[in-house]
Amino acid sequence: MTVDSDRDLEQQIDEWRAYMGRRRAVHDADVEELEDHLRATVADLVTAGLRPQEAFLVAVMRMGNLDDLSREFSRVHSERLWKQLVLAEKPDAPAPGGSRRDLLVMVGCAAAAAIGIKVPELFGAELATDDDIFYPRNFGLFALVPLAAYFALRRRVGVAVIGIMVALFTLAGFGANAYPLAEDSQSIVLTVIHLPLALWLVVGLAYIGGDWRSDRKRMDFIRFTGEWLIYFVLIALGGGTLIGMTFGVFDAIGIDVGEVIEGWLLPCGAMAAVVVAAWLVEAKQSVVENMAPVLTRLFTPLFTAALVAFLGAVLWTGKVIEVERDVLILFDLLLVVVLGLLLYAISARDPTTPPRLFDRLQLLLAVVASLIDALVLLAITGRITEWGTTPNKAAALGVNVILLANLAWTAFLLADFVRHRRPFEHLERWQTRYLAVYAAWAWTVILVFPPVFDFF
Amino acid sequence: MHVTKDLVAASATPMVLGILVQGESYGYAILKQIDEMSGGELAWTEGLLYPLLHRLERLGHIESSWHTSPGGRRRKYYRITEQGRAELAEQRRQWAAVIDALKNIWHTARELPPSAAPAAGGVT
Repeated sequence: MTVDSDRDLEQQIDEWRAYMGRRRAVHDADVEELEDHLRATVADLVTAGLRPQEAFLVAVMRMGNLDDLSREFSRVHSERLWKQLVLAEKPDAPAPGGSRRDLLVMVGCAAAAAIGIKVPELFGAELATDDDIFYPRNFGLFALVPLAAYFALRRRVGVAVIGIMVALFTLAGFGANAYPLAEDSQSIVLTVIHLPLALWLVVGLAYIGGDWRSDRKRMDFIRFTGEWLIYFVLIALGGGTLIGMTFGVFDAIGIDVGEVIEGWLLPCGAMAAVVVAAWLVEAKQSVVENMAPVLTRLFTPLFTAALVAFLGAVLWTGKVIEVERDVLILFDLLLVVVLGLLLYAISARDPTTPPRLFDRLQLLLAVVASLIDALVLLAITGRITEWGTTPNKAAALGVNVILLANLAWTAFLLADFVRHRRPFEHLERWQTRYLAVYAAWAWTVILVFPPVFDFF
Repeated sequence: MHVTKDLVAASATPMVLGILVQGESYGYAILKQIDEMSGGELAWTEGLLYPLLHRLERLGHIESSWHTSPGGRRRKYYRITEQGRAELAEQRRQWAAVIDALKNIWHTARELPPSAAPAAGGVT
């Protein structure tokens, strides 16, 4: 009897705490303080003869309207309405240690990244020249091995996953360095571009703790990618300002710090920023709303309008798309952007809500982008069959086909979803599973393209 | 009788500081003590006390620390600082001035019967 009512009381207090904790102006420590008060009131009332349930009700009533309470708190702590990213653990926050360890792991990995990029210089590789292709070839490894290590440590991944990751990084090192590629060959440029992509997905393996079968976790990784990119760009902007200022003030006293900046500040800072940005995404996950979906909402209508206008212009004027050298790259980028817009809208959407106007807009965007790209693809294929192919053309074409296939099927799934014929989840699953295609393609370009094209 | 909200709010700071000057304490105990001292006449709520404690902490009049209560739970204790003691002394001076003035005024007003004030409503 008493055990039951005690348990009920604990449950009610839990509910009360959860309800209280949702208020932004009231921090966890405050909720704990108020809970202590609530418990003391209940204990006194029980001593006075009330049953725990009744005592709880009276205690809650005495505490008064929670809205008034949290308004009073927000008047004292107005800064709390702006969610802050707390860097240092507050002294009164409960259970410290967990996030301090994360901080140490982050600092360790960032330092390792910053030092790591300078180590090969001890053995004669040159960072700040265009002649030495060692750094461009291995850039992806320098940037992403520390990041993978960071997540491996954070997630405490199993030995098997670590083994797979080490094997993949070794394979990447082999792919990047073993082939006899000339420094001006097309294949080396392709490797430099595709190596970070392939390795980013290896980082994803560490990010999801090796649980690569879970669609939900893969979607988390997609979300992480978008937020990471935003944070990295923000850090880069700050870093650019720092470099400009440093250069300027030293220049004013006649000292040229160009070498220090190029040889140390820029490479070490960039490598460390890769890890720091990842840590920021994790640390602020519960603090700030995700930015990528917000930007997506903002730009989906604008991009749709621009593409519809473009398609309209092509059809109206009958002008043929000029098949220049760079046209494929341009349309690859366009597809990447459109896919990004769709992906981040999907990642932020509650799968259970029924189709809305925004979903129709997305469908329109996917259809228009697919149509435009199909036109370009037709023109390009004709040209390639006519003139033969090179690694660059093959790669650009391959990317285009992969993205177009994704987009076309996405449009199909969206159309079904808008007509209530299919749950939204199918769309999510399609996107998260397609990650495997990107991985396969990136590894193909790195490992198979050079021998196929005679290391051209 | 019910003391108005404004009056409760105005007297809240010296009361809390006055209690804490006797030794460190926590929210519930402070509230209980005020209730006893005022004979239940002052309707203090948690919505008044805790934000006030936080405000005083921000101003540097009091400081807080977490200890484990006898029941084994974490409890936030407040302690008065030197600055808080100075503030309390200042407040006491001000309140003494207010109380003295009121006493004098009540004393002169005692000659007038309370019913001299016009009755509300008017029809008798």
